[in-house]
Amino acid sequence: MSLRRIMLFTRFERFWHWSQMLLIMILLFTGFGIHGFHAFLSFKISVTLHTASALILLLLWVFAIFWHLTTGTWRHYVPTTNGLWKVTKFYAYGIFKGERHPYRKAYWRKHNPLQALSYLALKLFLFPAIWISGIYYLLYSFWGGATSGEALTWVAMFHTAIAFAILIFVIIHVYLLTTGHSFKEHVMPMVNGFDEVELTTEEEAYLENDEPEHIK
Amino acid sequence: MTFMVSKYMSIKHQQALMRKSFNLASGLMLFCIIFTTQILANPAQTKQKLDADMNFRQDNAVEHPTKRTDSNSTADHSKFEDLKVPFSNGSEVTKACLKCHTEAGHQFMKNIHWTWTYKNKKTGQLLGKKHLINNFCTNARGNEGMCAQCHAGYGWKDKNFDFSNQNNIDCVVCHDRTGSYYKTPPTKGNKSCSIMFENKQAIQWSEVAQSVGLPARENCGGCHFYGGGGDGVKHGDLDSSLIHPDKKLDVHMNEAGANFACTQCHITKKHIWAGSRYNVIAKDTEGTGKPGQRRDVASCESCHGTKPHPNDSLANIKLNNHVDRVACQTCHIPTIARGGVATKTNWDWRTAGKTRNGEGYKEKNYTQGNGEHRATYKSIKGDFIYGENLVPHYGWFNGQMIYTTIDTQFDPTNGFININSYTGSANDVNSRIWPFKQMHTVQPYDKGNNTLVYMHLWGNDENAYWGNYDFGKAIKAGMEKNNRPYSGEYSFIDTYSYWPTTHMVAPKEDALTCAECHSKEGRLKDLQGFYLPGRDSYNWLDITGLLAIAGTLLGVLMHGLIRLFSNKVRNQS
Repeated sequence: MSLRRIMLFTRFERFWHWSQMLLIMILLFTGFGIHGFHAFLSFKISVTLHTASALILLLLWVFAIFWHLTTGTWRHYVPTTNGLWKVTKFYAYGIFKGERHPYRKAYWRKHNPLQALSYLALKLFLFPAIWISGIYYLLYSFWGGATSGEALTWVAMFHTAIAFAILIFVIIHVYLLTTGHSFKEHVMPMVNGFDEVELTTEEEAYLENDEPEHIK
Repeated sequence: MTFMVSKYMSIKHQQALMRKSFNLASGLMLFCIIFTTQILANPAQTKQKLDADMNFRQDNAVEHPTKRTDSNSTADHSKFEDLKVPFSNGSEVTKACLKCHTEAGHQFMKNIHWTWTYKNKKTGQLLGKKHLINNFCTNARGNEGMCAQCHAGYGWKDKNFDFSNQNNIDCVVCHDRTGSYYKTPPTKGNKSCSIMFENKQAIQWSEVAQSVGLPARENCGGCHFYGGGGDGVKHGDLDSSLIHPDKKLDVHMNEAGANFACTQCHITKKHIWAGSRYNVIAKDTEGTGKPGQRRDVASCESCHGTKPHPNDSLANIKLNNHVDRVACQTCHIPTIARGGVATKTNWDWRTAGKTRNGEGYKEKNYTQGNGEHRATYKSIKGDFIYGENLVPHYGWFNGQMIYTTIDTQFDPTNGFININSYTGSANDVNSRIWPFKQMHTVQPYDKGNNTLVYMHLWGNDENAYWGNYDFGKAIKAGMEKNNRPYSGEYSFIDTYSYWPTTHMVAPKEDALTCAECHSKEGRLKDLQGFYLPGRDSYNWLDITGLLAIAGTLLGVLMHGLIRLFSNKVRNQS
């Protein structure tokens, strides 16, 4: 076992992450504008940006799902209880005592168990909830005509509630970037792709022989 | 190409194609018209300026008749020998018209301009000016001696008028193109009123007869712009500013542009017009139809289709998705009474009847956009409030109006009654959000029978209100004359009426922006029964959501501070 800097977040993953970040920011900002929380943009521009971002994000998700499945990256998100409690305890009080983070990133397990569970929940519940309600909302005129005028209320309320939940995720997600040695150290892997990972001898040998550009 | 195809097309379709080629031509023509009218305007013939409040219809000549640019006529009536003879009255002109237009008389006698009667097939209500009570001058019935100056006939003074005699039809009120034709009330009324109609130049019947053509805006407007007893009073979207409107005021009637006459939308088949407020098509799902079809609607969709916005942006696609629930007029008529002519919004009959030195008087304390002064009090009518650039009243409307007629018994303890109420709701797929001009009036009613009343306003007799200022006598006479029961006691009640707004369509750049409705304090803030993004939210959800976010922020802040603090403590030790 040795600690090496390897390419952990490939180019597509980084592209997906940052474009998704940008789109979600736009969606949150314009969405809360449409909801009536602020009026920095006109309603027309807000709706246009919100709809366009949502459609682009949907397309991005189609590619991301395809990528997860074809590259096997989905395995990073398989939930596990192994070490979950340790990580939870670390964030709850170990971190205050200057303890070392209990989790070591592995080549095929780049997220800690709590992180993986959070991302999985985001991908399996929050994201589908926001886009199913969003599409339903967007296509209102195709189904709304035949229903009571109140029907949209439920769709809109659900969509808004999920938006609050996603914003909460974003806040915690960004905060946790500050928990390591530095904010930069957490962000850089998502910028240049390289992060320190404990490699097995086989993994190290494989990377050095077959993907030398992915290991430093 | 245009002319080859046009034979098979409806007038509407021709217009769309021909408009392009006519742009230059009509521009030149307009220039010539303006030029020549300026040159030829003879100071001696300059007409006395209309008093907007002294008229129940436009009783004076039009200063500059408009030019219809869409006429396809193959006849020049000034060349007809039958029209070159001297006529001594209107009926003689009508006889001459009917010599060639053999079927026009019988066709005409079926329409509402003649019958003043409309039977609503769905509600069974008997409507039309002959029967209805409104909340302006209240009733034409029994006051035909005055009101029938807007009847398209000659001499309707009372119930003895012969509705079966086609020689009584007034052809030229609609077809005169000299702008010099006028009508006065069939009877003189009280002395103090008849003075309004004196000293007029005699009508040059032969000249008028030879001028005839398709009606232009001032023909229809002669009555429809003056409904309710003066310029712009009734509708708010119909007033004399539409005789020579610019593009801002009405994108279709714009004199320098499309220059639409009324009948370009209110298309006509055998003297029956499309578009009636008694039977509104509140949601037209048929669209343009095929060439030659759809001669019976005046809807926006009949020209613009059911997807009127180009599907070239997300916002436009979304706008097309509004068409099923929002009438075109709602966004495209941002305000009414925009042309410098005010409309009445409130009328209080209770204060009518005050006199100075025994004479009726009026106070003109409102100056409207075009500089004219409008009466805010008249002894014969009471107090008025005017409005200009008014935001309409909005409601869900499926086209069905329910009227409070003379037969309707109501409960006055409700506080008010609707002279007409529009029906519709958010749950009704045939309803759309429509703009209305709302009129509020305090008017007399029969306190014993709880019904509205017919008042005898006009006449040269002791019972006419416009002369004696006595409601008791005027109501008694009005009810007796029409064989209505009257308890003998009257009081006043608040009434509202709703007039669907559909004219004064603004250019697209002046259409409402989204936030006019999609906002907390927007135009639709009181309209219930549906979720409107930007307006509606649920406080408990928003509060819960914001609390959760605040809690999260506080949580991470606390977490961070404890980290910082414990780090320091550790470093020190």
